Amino acid sequence: MKTLMNKLPLMRSCKEVTALVIAREDRELPWMERAALRVHMAMCQACPRFERQVLTMRNAMKQWRGYTDQD
Amino acid sequence: MSDPANAPSFETAVAQSRTYLLKFARLQLRDEAWAEDVVSETLLAALARPQAFAARSQLRTWLVGILKHKIVDVLRSRAREVTLDSGTHDESADPLEHMAFKASGHFAERPADWGNPEQDLGSRQFMTILEACTEKLPAVQGRLFLMREWLELSSEEICKELGLTPTNLYVQLHRARLRLRECLELNWFAAR
Repeated sequence: MKTLMNKLPLMRSCKEVTALVIAREDRELPWMERAALRVHMAMCQACPRFERQVLTMRNAMKQWRGYTDQD
Repeated sequence: MSDPANAPSFETAVAQSRTYLLKFARLQLRDEAWAEDVVSETLLAALARPQAFAARSQLRTWLVGILKHKIVDVLRSRAREVTLDSGTHDESADPLEHMAFKASGHFAERPADWGNPEQDLGSRQFMTILEACTEKLPAVQGRLFLMREWLELSSEEICKELGLTPTNLYVQLHRARLRLRECLELNWFAAR
């Protein structure tokens, strides 16, 4: 089963998906990787949580840029 | 130009922004001497052209704008030192290896639910933790990360300014982002 999974072009492990979610912050992913990401997110319970953490961090950095310390 | 009696003069207000500017210069440059120099240059440039500054209420925003330009000059002219990895294990390790994956590459346990912390993210306490976590990144990772997130340069621009290969840049940013995630989780999201 594992061998079969690895042969399917759109199959990625959580570890690979985690790396893609991080990479997406700094570069545009090729369409194949974007498609693989979408397929994995639809099937996985864990990776969407990781993705939300990364989006929260993106939001946090945006707030930090806009934050002017008053002292 | 006449100021109301109790408002600081332009010169005083500029000089009083020194500490504020130093915080950003230190975070971005990770070198005390470079940070001191670039902030002095910024203050002198600002004092030399008060006419360029119109609205007093946004003095800091204006100064930070000047600082960012001067910092990009420093990063460019010191590109080699800026990207020189000291090669310690801490800098070369992939933080993804700290995360709980099974041999199959699947998560051993689900990442934590950070909730919807919209409001918390704007709080002073959170900003303090975020800055502390950024400061804790290894120097090269911290510089590259803030070039993306504070200077808002594209990955292409960073590679061009520093003469880095995209692969090298992405490896460093990957480590920086994962390390920051881990630090925020430990010190903020899990600590609440």
